Amino acid sequence: MRYAMAIDTKKCVGCSDCVVACQTENDVPIGYCRDWIVEITDGTYPQLETEIRSERCNHCDNAPCVRCCPTGASHYEAGGIVTVTHNKCIGCGACIVSCPYDARYSHPEGYVDKCTFCLHRIKKGQQPACVEVCPTKCMYFGDLDDPNSDVSNVLKKRKHKTLIPEAGTKPHVYYLI
Amino acid sequence: MREEIITSGRLNPNIDPHLEIWHWHIPLYLFLGGLAAGILFFASLYTVLGKENKYIGAVRRAPVIVPFLLIIGLAALFLDLRHKLYFWQLYTTIKIQSPMSWGAWTLMAITPLSFAWVAIHIREFFPNWDWKWTLLKELEKFLVKYKKILAWIILYFSVILGIYTGILFSAFNARPLWNTSILGPLFLVSGLSAGSAVIILFSRRKRERINFAKIDIMLIGIELFLIVHMFMGFLASTEVQIDAANLFLGGPYTAPFWIFVVIIGMILPAVLEFLELKKFHIPVIIPVILVLFGSLMLRFVIAYAGQMSRWLY
Amino acid sequence: MSASRRDFIRITSLSAAGLIFGGQYVHSAVKALRQEGIGGSSDPLRTPTYCEVCFWQCAGWVHKNEEGKIKKITGNDDDPNCNGRLCPRGTGGVGMYYDEDRLKTPLIRVTGKDGKQTFKEVSWDEAFDFIAEKLQKIKKEHGPECTALFTHGSGGHYWGDLLKAFGSGNIAAPSYSQCRGPREVAFIATFGDGLNSPEPLDIRDTRCLVLIGSHLGENMHNGQVQEMSDAIDNGASIITVDPRYSTAASKSKFWLPIKPATDIALLLSWIREIINNEWYDKKYVEQYTYGFEELKNYVQPFTPEWAYGITTIKPDQIRETAREMANAAPSVIIHPGRHVTWYGDDTQRLRAVAILNALLGSWGRRGGFYIPDKMGLPAYPHPPFPKPSRTWREAMGGKYKLADLALASGVCDATIPSPELDCNIKGWIVNGTNLIMTLPDQKKTIDAINNLDLLVVVDTMPMEITGYADVVLPECTYLERWDDLRVAQGRNPSIALRMPATEPKYNSKPAYWMAKEVSKRLGLEEYFGWDTFEEKLDWQLKQVGSSLEEMKRLGVKNLPREYGNLFFEEGEDVDFYTNTGKIELYSTAFEAEGFDPFPVYTPHTEPPAGYYHLNYGRAPMHTFSRTANNPNLTDLMDENTVWVNPKVAKEWGIKNGEPVYLQNQDGVVSDFQVKVRVTERIRFDSVYIVHGFGHADKKLSRAYGKGVSDSQLITRVLMDPVMGGTGMRGNFVTFRFEKESEVKS
Ligand SMILES: Nc1nc2c(c(=O)[nH]1)N[C@H]1C(S)=C(S)[C@@H](COP(=O)(O)OP(=O)(O)OC[C@H]3O[C@@H](n4cnc5c(=O)[nH]c(N)nc54)[C@H](O)[C@@H]3O)O[C@H]1N2
Ligand SMILES: Nc1nc2c(c(=O)[nH]1)N[C@H]1C(S)=C(S)[C@@H](COP(=O)(O)OP(=O)(O)OC[C@H]3O[C@@H](n4cnc5c(=O)[nH]c(N)nc54)[C@H](O)[C@@H]3O)O[C@H]1N2
Ligand code: SF4
Ligand code: SF4
Ligand code: SF4
Ligand code: SF4
Ligand code: SF4
Ligand SMILES: [Mo]
Repeated sequence: MRYAMAIDTKKCVGCSDCVVACQTENDVPIGYCRDWIVEITDGTYPQLETEIRSERCNHCDNAPCVRCCPTGASHYEAGGIVTVTHNKCIGCGACIVSCPYDARYSHPEGYVDKCTFCLHRIKKGQQPACVEVCPTKCMYFGDLDDPNSDVSNVLKKRKHKTLIPEAGTKPHVYYLI
Repeated sequence: MREEIITSGRLNPNIDPHLEIWHWHIPLYLFLGGLAAGILFFASLYTVLGKENKYIGAVRRAPVIVPFLLIIGLAALFLDLRHKLYFWQLYTTIKIQSPMSWGAWTLMAITPLSFAWVAIHIREFFPNWDWKWTLLKELEKFLVKYKKILAWIILYFSVILGIYTGILFSAFNARPLWNTSILGPLFLVSGLSAGSAVIILFSRRKRERINFAKIDIMLIGIELFLIVHMFMGFLASTEVQIDAANLFLGGPYTAPFWIFVVIIGMILPAVLEFLELKKFHIPVIIPVILVLFGSLMLRFVIAYAGQMSRWLY
Repeated sequence: MSASRRDFIRITSLSAAGLIFGGQYVHSAVKALRQEGIGGSSDPLRTPTYCEVCFWQCAGWVHKNEEGKIKKITGNDDDPNCNGRLCPRGTGGVGMYYDEDRLKTPLIRVTGKDGKQTFKEVSWDEAFDFIAEKLQKIKKEHGPECTALFTHGSGGHYWGDLLKAFGSGNIAAPSYSQCRGPREVAFIATFGDGLNSPEPLDIRDTRCLVLIGSHLGENMHNGQVQEMSDAIDNGASIITVDPRYSTAASKSKFWLPIKPATDIALLLSWIREIINNEWYDKKYVEQYTYGFEELKNYVQPFTPEWAYGITTIKPDQIRETAREMANAAPSVIIHPGRHVTWYGDDTQRLRAVAILNALLGSWGRRGGFYIPDKMGLPAYPHPPFPKPSRTWREAMGGKYKLADLALASGVCDATIPSPELDCNIKGWIVNGTNLIMTLPDQKKTIDAINNLDLLVVVDTMPMEITGYADVVLPECTYLERWDDLRVAQGRNPSIALRMPATEPKYNSKPAYWMAKEVSKRLGLEEYFGWDTFEEKLDWQLKQVGSSLEEMKRLGVKNLPREYGNLFFEEGEDVDFYTNTGKIELYSTAFEAEGFDPFPVYTPHTEPPAGYYHLNYGRAPMHTFSRTANNPNLTDLMDENTVWVNPKVAKEWGIKNGEPVYLQNQDGVVSDFQVKVRVTERIRFDSVYIVHGFGHADKKLSRAYGKGVSDSQLITRVLMDPVMGGTGMRGNFVTFRFEKESEVKS
């Protein structure tokens, strides 16, 4: 089992619904976020191109945040999901510094927090909150090892990329381009 | 024109607009750790080499501050933890791949060792010292008897500590400025240089002082070489690393780095020490303070600038 | 098209649907019950609602945590407006409930109407007695028709009933004369039917979507955004006409960066191309339309080269896009837009849009416009309303005969004493609309308010308008109240329930309760015959074969169509509700009222040197003023920026992120500074800001002073002569780096 997410940059409108949904679903405090939107525009008027992406932790296969965590608070769950055990975390910040995507934040209560792929929902057979809310249905989630999952299917069909592959982290959030 | 913006107002404190999760604590901690490692390195080295009577400053006197350095360093590290009540979790596992983990364990080991070292040399400062309880007296006797072995152990751990303070940063691939193999040796050498400067201060013998001044000049020479090397490495590398180097080559950290670290913290003390060797009279405290300042600044600048450097995407 | 005929048909068709509905749906209700599993108890931590953050009215569920605190809101899977997915604003609706700046208790003004809030806290009884007394006085001195209601949102139903019972028909919403009014009038004139909301656009099946200023993706009208995404998936091409590289433009095959205010020229040229190349739907045009030959003659001068000179869109691009539409026809949608009050010739621009759709045969066709269906829901029994001695149209001097709803701006005008109007409106109830930020020409709005004997503001937040009120009534948020059922039009008719998820916070109350309380004091209680709101809802639901108990469980109920097919059958005989019974390419109704029967392009004033078109629009995470202080949503975006082309920025020496003041052509300087966003995504003759920022009320702790308000800078209003819409895009701004007062001090 290998969970992954694919986000269609051709459909994402950058509305940030995924960000609010994550916030209310996961009690992310106001002023913090587990996911965010990046908009990149290239070109000169009127020859322009814009890519819009909803970003979050990439649940890397080769996760530096897990490697550098001194207590084992940051760890892999079944399916390759990277999570933080809050009461094992000492808040040293090493994992924050180690993530090339700046995907983690320091929760006001002291521990480090980040996207969990909504593990608590997946366990109940639901989709992650952000995937479920997205008005453009541009996010796909599922098991890469299952050739018939939403995410496997869409990755077969479409060209895609990951972010900063050269950092060697082997990300598992894909962007359809 | 290329425009890259985060539209969702991502403003995670200390993460955005650029990383600032490690403040003064970590560079201070690394400086104190490096300095302690430097002092202990020379103390144990000369003991092992059987030259403890020639290098009293290094072996018996300077190490007296090491336990304080380590405790202040640990306190700084502790203060930087945001989930302090769970501090003990550090000592529930050993994570080989985590520099933080083996740093914690190394300190766990070297701090009592440094106490022991100071204890057996306490009469250097307090000739009439008396350990009141027999248990302590026995312990002292035991340690004195196996001093050489103790020195070997301390030598071993001081090298680990020194390297650790160097590679803590360079273990973070995610920060292009830190992601260079030169940072480890650079911090190690800088720690040794700081250590030798402190020894100069503690030493009462001219010969020892001259010897350490020579060592220090050599170490500073190595540091400068490493720095040049580091920039050559960056500039010959990818765009990301060139960007990182540019923080020091025209970017916001240009002045702090070149003026405070390189000129005031390295070249100037080296010149002063050199002049002293050439029999000019220089108050010994000045180059020492400059070296310590430079060594501290190096860590501050690298810590802050490193957090500013990031991958582009 | 005579107004009365249209009204008559609309009413009969609706009530007929309602009548038929009565008996038949018991069956489907039983089916729905079965699907849900009878006995499947409803979850105490999940209550149904429909969203009030904008007026798409998506139905959803409010979820509470174990402590019974509201945690999140999610969409209802059965709801055709949202398909289980709320937009960011709906998801962030929790912030409305938790906002600690909310209005907490009734207030009565103690000092003058100066926009500054000097109020005393009073009891509900005191507030209602005060209102009733003032209303009676107005009735005695001026007549009951000298009162008006401005409303946007659910509370309007109850205050509307109160006002009608009181004897006034002046019920206006800025969502008409400041929003979609021209579109409705243009489509009624052309097809005999308006579009209403949600617009009956079959976007998901379309092959070509043409967006003229409709910035879907930033405009988050949920169903449309969802369907646009479906269309992208299906490989539809999108053509976006917008002076700004909008989100939609970035998803488009063609972006036509049109010079502002010249859309009619482009549309006329497209019409000519489609006619002259014989790309129009010949059978459809012949069978259904009126005035084709006249149209053909009329558009001959409007060559792409002519349009190029006006719009700056290259002739081959005009041809290519016309062909793109024709290739997709009839599965093509020239989107009618929604906020269309731009340049004062808006009804005519929308007529051109309607004509283009008619030529391509998209009205009543798959992938074009479908025929919506809506359930008729009987009103809770009450005595007939008295006939007001003066209608809203008469109050405004009988102008704008083609307007099918009252004009908010018109009622505002009629409040200012003038020689032409003998009765000035003396009392306003303002429910859920922040008129200061909503109507153009703030000075005029304030003038009108200064002429009032009574201004009652019903709101949830201390928005600007509350600063001018005599009485402020704090409404609880939509998460804390019952409201009338949502009766939505759509591919299928549907209804949705809103029930309180929790007790109202503070001393806030629902509007229905307030209206009933005031009615008691005016002796009009018989118009609010129910004891509890649940009783009223249950009665209504039982009339249509459902019940409150069922709706609490389902939240949304979809019903089968009653109103024929979604699309025209091949060659079907269709009677359009226009004067000619045809789709009027040539508008007889316009002609009869003395307006051009075909759209005419007239040049608009250009910005003086150093000034730029003030262009405005939406951000996906905000709704006007409504969300300006919402903690969850300001967290995403807490201020607007002014988009400036790099060339312009360079000319002015302005850097990205630099704060500036904006000053308009009439010398009005923005209250606050706004940061410049230097971006290639805007033409060099325009700047762009998101509407809804720049709040001047300090009680809005998160919104105060953040960004600039477009409303403040819209002092030049371009009136639409056809229906009285207020064109708001005829304003120009320049940059200022200091305010006068700052220079002096
Ligand atoms: N300058 C400028 N003006 C515009 C527009 C523009 O883009 N620019 N857009 C125009 C358009 S398209 C429209 S539709 C109109 C919309 O204009 P309005 O209808 O005025 O919309 P809002 O600004 O959302 O005003 C909503 C008010 O309702 C209050 N409110 C929110 N929830 C509730 C509730 O549950 N109960 C009650 N009683 N009050 C509530 C809010 O606090 C706020 O004061 O504005 C028009 N005016
Ligand atoms: N997130 C969010 N969504 C909303 C709302 C909201 O407040 N927030 N409000 C809802 C309401 S009530 C309405 S009415 C709709 C309004 O949504 P729309 O009907 O889509 O809005 P408009 O104001 O007509 O369009 C704004 C666009 O018009 C472009 N524009 C400006 N001048 C011109 C011009 O001269 N020609 C052309 N072709 N384009 C021009 C602007 O660049 C901008 O992209 O949005 C609805 N959806
Ligand atoms: S909710 Fe969907 S469309 Fe909106 S920003 Fe997130 S991924 Fe993009
Ligand atoms: S994205 Fe960052 S936080 Fe997530 S697994 Fe990769 S390195 Fe760790
Ligand atoms: S902050 Fe917590 S999760 Fe991160 S490395 Fe330190 S202990 Fe591990
Ligand atoms: S998967 Fe869950 S935790 Fe991760 S961003 Fe989406 S909603 Fe947040
Ligand atoms: S479109 Fe968004 S704000 Fe409007 S009703 Fe639907 S969920 Fe609410
Ligand atoms: Mo609107």
